[in-house]
This record gives sequence, C-alpha cells and structure tokens, in this order.
Amino acid sequence: MKAIKTTGLSKYYKNLLAIDSLDLEINQGELFSLLGVNGAGKTTTIKCLSCLSKPSSGDAIILGKSILNNVFDVKDLISVSPQETAVAPNLSVLENLEFIIGVNGFKKEDVTQKSRDMIMLFKMEEIENIKAKKLSGGWQRRLSIAMALINEPKILFLDEPTLGLDVIARRELWGIIKNLKKKMTIVLTTHYMEEAEALSDRIGIMSKGKLVALGTAKELIAKTKSKNFEDAFISIASEGGKTK
Amino acid sequence: MKIAALSLRNWKEIVRDKLNISFGLGFPLVLILLLSFIQKNIPVSMFELPQMTPGIIIFGFTFLSLFSGMLIAKDRTSSLFMRLFTSPLKPSHFVLSYYIPFLPIALLQAVFTYFVAVLLGLNLNINILGSILVSLPAAIMFISLGVLCGTIFNDKQVGGICGAFLTNFSAWLSDTWFDIDLVGGAFAGVAKALPFYHAVEAGRFALAGEYSKIFPDLWWVMGYAIAISALAIWIFGKKMNYDK
Repeated sequence: MKAIKTTGLSKYYKNLLAIDSLDLEINQGELFSLLGVNGAGKTTTIKCLSCLSKPSSGDAIILGKSILNNVFDVKDLISVSPQETAVAPNLSVLENLEFIIGVNGFKKEDVTQKSRDMIMLFKMEEIENIKAKKLSGGWQRRLSIAMALINEPKILFLDEPTLGLDVIARRELWGIIKNLKKKMTIVLTTHYMEEAEALSDRIGIMSKGKLVALGTAKELIAKTKSKNFEDAFISIASEGGKTK
Repeated sequence: MKIAALSLRNWKEIVRDKLNISFGLGFPLVLILLLSFIQKNIPVSMFELPQMTPGIIIFGFTFLSLFSGMLIAKDRTSSLFMRLFTSPLKPSHFVLSYYIPFLPIALLQAVFTYFVAVLLGLNLNINILGSILVSLPAAIMFISLGVLCGTIFNDKQVGGICGAFLTNFSAWLSDTWFDIDLVGGAFAGVAKALPFYHAVEAGRFALAGEYSKIFPDLWWVMGYAIAISALAIWIFGKKMNYDK
C-alpha cells in the first residue's frame, strides 16, 4: 500500500488554480520533498492532504483512507508541522508536549513517558519549564517539530521546517529528520535546495499548481544536464515543466 | 482525555492572564459596592441586595462572553490551531473545551459576588446556594455566546461585540438597572423574548426560596444556551474545514 496516492487532486481559490490535477504516489517510509517557487502550490497540497482544506476535485488516499470520506481516520495517521511555529505561547515546553499528546488521545500514563522521550530526543532538558513564548525562534521551531512527532504519526508533513533557522540549528534539525527516515513517511517542503538534496529519497517539483518533475536529486540533475541540484531546480521551475 | 487536555490548556491560558481574573471578579465587586452605597443614601427597591445581587451576577457573566470569545478568536487564527485542526479533535471537542474552564470561573464569580453581598448585609441562607446553581445555565449561555462570536469574528470584532455591545445590551434588557415593565411596550416585549431578563428573574426567585417560580424563566435560559451551543459547534465545524 502506498503512503499517499493522489488522483486528479485540484484546488481552486475562486478563479485561481492552486493545485492542477495532481497525480502523485509516495511510498511508505520515504522522505519526499515537494519543491517549488512561492505560490507553486506546495502548502496548498499539504493542506489538502492533511484535511485542512477540501479539494475542489480529485481525491487522495492516505494509507488506504480517503481525505474526502475518512477525514478523522486520516487525522489519526498524520501530523503536521506548519510553516509558522505552532506552539501554545503561554505553556512551558513540557506542558506543550503533554498538551499535544493529550489531544491525540493517548493514555494518561503514556503522557509523561512520551514527553520525556521527546525532550531527550530534541535536547530540551534545560528549557523544559520555560514558557514557549520566551524561547528563541530556533528553539520554538524545534519544539514545534517535537509536537508534530509526539503522537507517533505514520505520515509527517513538515512545511518548511528550517525556515529562519541559523545554520547550526538547521543542521541539528537535519540530524533529527534523518533519524526519522524509514520510521515514518515524511513529506517535506523547503526553499533550501541543499536541504532537499541532503534529506530526500525523492523530490517533486511543482510549478503553477502542477507537478512538473519527479525523481531523485541525481536523476533531476541528469535530466536537466545541470552542474548541481540548485541549477536543476532553477531550470525546471523556470521552464514550468517543459522539460518533463 | 482529548477534551481534558484542551480544556487544561485553555484553563492555563485564562488564569495566566491576570487581567481576566481581576476584571471578572473586580467589576461585579465595584458595582455591588457602588450600588449599595447609592441604596443607603437614596433607597430604591431595585437596588436592595436580594433584588440586585442576582442581576449583578448575570451582568458579571457578560465578561465570560468577552473572555471566551477573545480566546477562541485569537486561537482560531493561530498556527497552533492549524496543527490542532489536523488532529482527531471534533468540533464538539473544541467547543466543550472552552466551556469547561470557564464554568469554575463563573462559579467563582457568583460565589464571590454573594460573599460580598453577605458582607454588605444580605441574609446568609441556603437559598444563596440555590440561586448560584440556578445562575449556571446563564453562565453556559454567556460562554456559548462568546464561543459563537469568537468562531465567527476576529478578536478585535469580538472586543467590540462582546465587550461593548453585549454588556450594554444585556444590562438594559435584564431588569437589573431599571424595571423594564415601567418602560413597557416593545422594549419589554424584546427583553422578555431574550434570555437576560429570565436569567435574572430565575436567580431572584431562587434567592427568595420560591423555587416553583424559577420555571419557565429557566427554560428560556436553557433553551438559548442549548441553541447557541449547537450553532457554535456547527459553525466551528464549518470553519475547521474551510477556514485556512
């Protein structure tokens, strides 16, 4: 069974076509990066796949469950780390983690253990009692991703997880994401080409709502006869898929 | 567990904002003190403690609308809610999680107001407990009004609607500050078609020990509370799916 299979997935906002008949398959355990320039349709695709936004037409099957007909089953399988840092500002780090694990319906006895595990995994021991609003942007982002992971999703959507982080914080997050590979399916959007290249099993490039290229970083470099992946991306994104 | 986790988070958000608690308790205190001093100098039957105290309690509940509306309106536009909307929480879970933490605050408000009224000379008897219990459906009704407003409007609009409009509207039409039968006509008709007047009347009957008379006033309040709650859940569900 595929982790994600979309068929003719489209989304209109009034007259604007944000996703144009997207047909895409993502394997279980795969780290799939969705790239594209601003407005290409990446975030809208994630919103549709995570049941935040209803597609105008088409469907997506998440581990056998339809985003149209099995919304709450799909929500049990997924987790999203949104583009913006998504934490409760007046709660401490520990309280944020306990809060999220609670709303995901875990038993009371699991709450403490899983929260502790996440604090250790993300090295947040020293800040666990500090309110989220008092943390730096990097630590808030780290907490936000920890909150997405704590309910042990089968599919994790990471929407620009390292946006605005310094290079050290970004590399640390890469390490965490690499450790998650194979344990769950990860769909990542990013504007950092080196990030997509370093982390992804496969990469899809979107332009004007369409999926215009699909393959490994090496395959896309070879296909566009580029020197590196960034050049390959520019070639594909600027041509809007003419080379597919 | 899911509702408990979200309720606990909302409770922490409320009590960590000191302004909420100080306004919620402080305003009824100022009013009851002020009107009691007026009553001592210029006796008016309406401002006698058995008449006035249930009215002040209902007036104090309007702040629950403001606080619950502001909290849900701010939450709805936050990235945290984008995350929560992808969790298996249902609209009723969200709405109930706002009711639960505000109910103890309503209870505290009512107890505190009666405590001050007793200090000012109100006869301490078991009917005070009855009157507090009879006021709880009104608390639910005001919380549901806030949740409804917070679901539809943004936090600035909620500030205007619940903070200015509702507080004045419910005060004028509640029979607390003047006898609406003296105004009569359409004004009295409108007041008696709305729940505020009935909430105050039910509280007064309970305080007087006339429990056989609390209905149908209490039916009016309960009917509004149920109808507004159902509407809030329905609209919240719509917003969950298509807001973002």
